[in-house]
Amino acid sequence: MEGRYRMETQRLSVYYGKHHGVRGVSLPVHDRKITALIGPSGCGKTTFLRALNRMHDLNPIVRVEGRVLLDGEDVYAPEVDPVVVRRRVGMVFQRPTPFPTMSIFENVVAGLRLVGVRDRKRLMEAAERALRMAALWDEVKDRLHQPAVGLSGGQQQRLSIARALAVEPEVLLMDEPTSALDPISTQAIEDLLATLKDEVTIVIVTHNMQQAARVSDYTAFFLDGELVEFDRTEKIFTNPKDPRTEAYITGRFG
Amino acid sequence: MNLRRRYLRDRVMQGLVYLGTLAVLLPLFFILYYVFVQGIGALDLAFFTRPPAPPGEGGGGMLPAIVGSLVVDLIALALAAVFGVAAGVLLAEYPDHPLNPFLHLVSDVMAGLPAILMGLVAFVLVVKPMGHFSGLSGAVALALIMVPIITRATEGVLKLIPWEITEAGLALGLPRWRVILSLVLPAARGGILTGLMLALARGAGEAAPLLFTAFGNPFLTLNPLEPMDTLPLKLYVYAISPYEDWHRQAWGAALLLAAAIMVANYLARRATRS
Ligand SMILES: Nc1ncnc2c1ncn2[C@@H]1O[C@H](COP(=O)(O)OP(=O)(O)OP(=O)(O)O)[C@@H](O)[C@H]1O
Ligand SMILES: [Mg+2]
Repeated sequence: MEGRYRMETQRLSVYYGKHHGVRGVSLPVHDRKITALIGPSGCGKTTFLRALNRMHDLNPIVRVEGRVLLDGEDVYAPEVDPVVVRRRVGMVFQRPTPFPTMSIFENVVAGLRLVGVRDRKRLMEAAERALRMAALWDEVKDRLHQPAVGLSGGQQQRLSIARALAVEPEVLLMDEPTSALDPISTQAIEDLLATLKDEVTIVIVTHNMQQAARVSDYTAFFLDGELVEFDRTEKIFTNPKDPRTEAYITGRFG
Repeated sequence: MNLRRRYLRDRVMQGLVYLGTLAVLLPLFFILYYVFVQGIGALDLAFFTRPPAPPGEGGGGMLPAIVGSLVVDLIALALAAVFGVAAGVLLAEYPDHPLNPFLHLVSDVMAGLPAILMGLVAFVLVVKPMGHFSGLSGAVALALIMVPIITRATEGVLKLIPWEITEAGLALGLPRWRVILSLVLPAARGGILTGLMLALARGAGEAAPLLFTAFGNPFLTLNPLEPMDTLPLKLYVYAISPYEDWHRQAWGAALLLAAAIMVANYLARRATRS
């Protein structure tokens, strides 16, 4: 039966030329739950995540095989517009990427404005809402119209999160969103994840085991491009089936 | 001993570098100085406000040529900007587009063609069908000179814009064209502006391609569908004339052109920095 999950991959493979980056991964993404992807560096977490909203499309050397279902429909089906997929499935990257010519305010509402939302009041409300959610509002509310590149790295990352939230995606993909943040901002983002969960389905890549255990409902462990184990988070962290999973979460390799 | 020799060699090389620099700079200073001294006397009020006087009569000015240069150069820049930036975007943002090898070739060939050939092309494309000379045909000729400069500058600067910006825009659900137009091009605007200014500076100094396109016109006109005077053209015509007063005004035109082109170059540099 299809459509049980918000998203689901079926035997998903991603190739960089001949290099097999993700190997036949079948993974469910539960609706309005947080799914954490963990695994050692280079195991294909980012590659997998980017396949979910067709971010590989512009790289001519990448080939994607298998299926990625969003509400039961394959996002790689020929009639599907990748722009629509990315509108519904947003993404926050590992490194912050403020748009350099824009102010803080313009950055946050860029996604709305550039698809034609003009109403100043609506934009302002959306900006405040998104900035509050990303725990950045108090720090920037007095300088919304200053250049975004003037923010610190951590602030820029929260700005990127606010920008992704402002377009109200149904699914949010986050690639190590807190790896550049201090503990306080990290805490704020983790709190945000907890509140967002009621509205948004989240897939988060993290190298931080505690973080995965704290925030996620489900955890997937990747190794060498393969999905080794997927289960409820407490199961993965207390009683993993696969010895490799156990070795990884107890810090014995990777 | 060895160290001393190295030290000596270093000094000699340094001396050569300074000498080379001087050899390049000296003629430039000499040209600018000479143009300034010869031309400054011609730049009176009449030069900027009056139409030319009949040959040998003395007096008169360059008003039609100044206005004509502005009109022709700006039309040329606008035309060249549209095509040059579009080609640059295609080359940089869609590197696998099947048109690109052809575009690269055309752009390289155009950049190497003598300017007077561009005048010939504009003559065939615009003057012939219209049946008469016009400022517009001159603008087309200059635009053909400017396009490859703008294309190269645009392609070069767009390739320096981090790919992450494009990805961030796409991840917001924006279509590719919107990302390029609203996120990538603004980030590259300094470099593109530099390209536009350099192209303007290059085109504004050309006389040859205007000989049989803009042609020249002693009367003031703002209509680019009529023949138009321009400064380089006037400079050429006056310089080869037998009249002392026209020679003087030709130097004035040379000084004005040099100054305008230097200002354009300066603005180009400032645009790059910001
Ligand atoms: N653009 C690319 N071109 C070629 N190979 C790539 C590219 N991006 C990733 N790879 C390869 O694909 C594999 C998976 O990389 P990926 O970035 O998905 O790993 P990751 O799990 O996200 O690692 P990390 O935790 O370090 O971010 C690696 O072997 C990597 O070398
Ligand atoms: Mg990664």
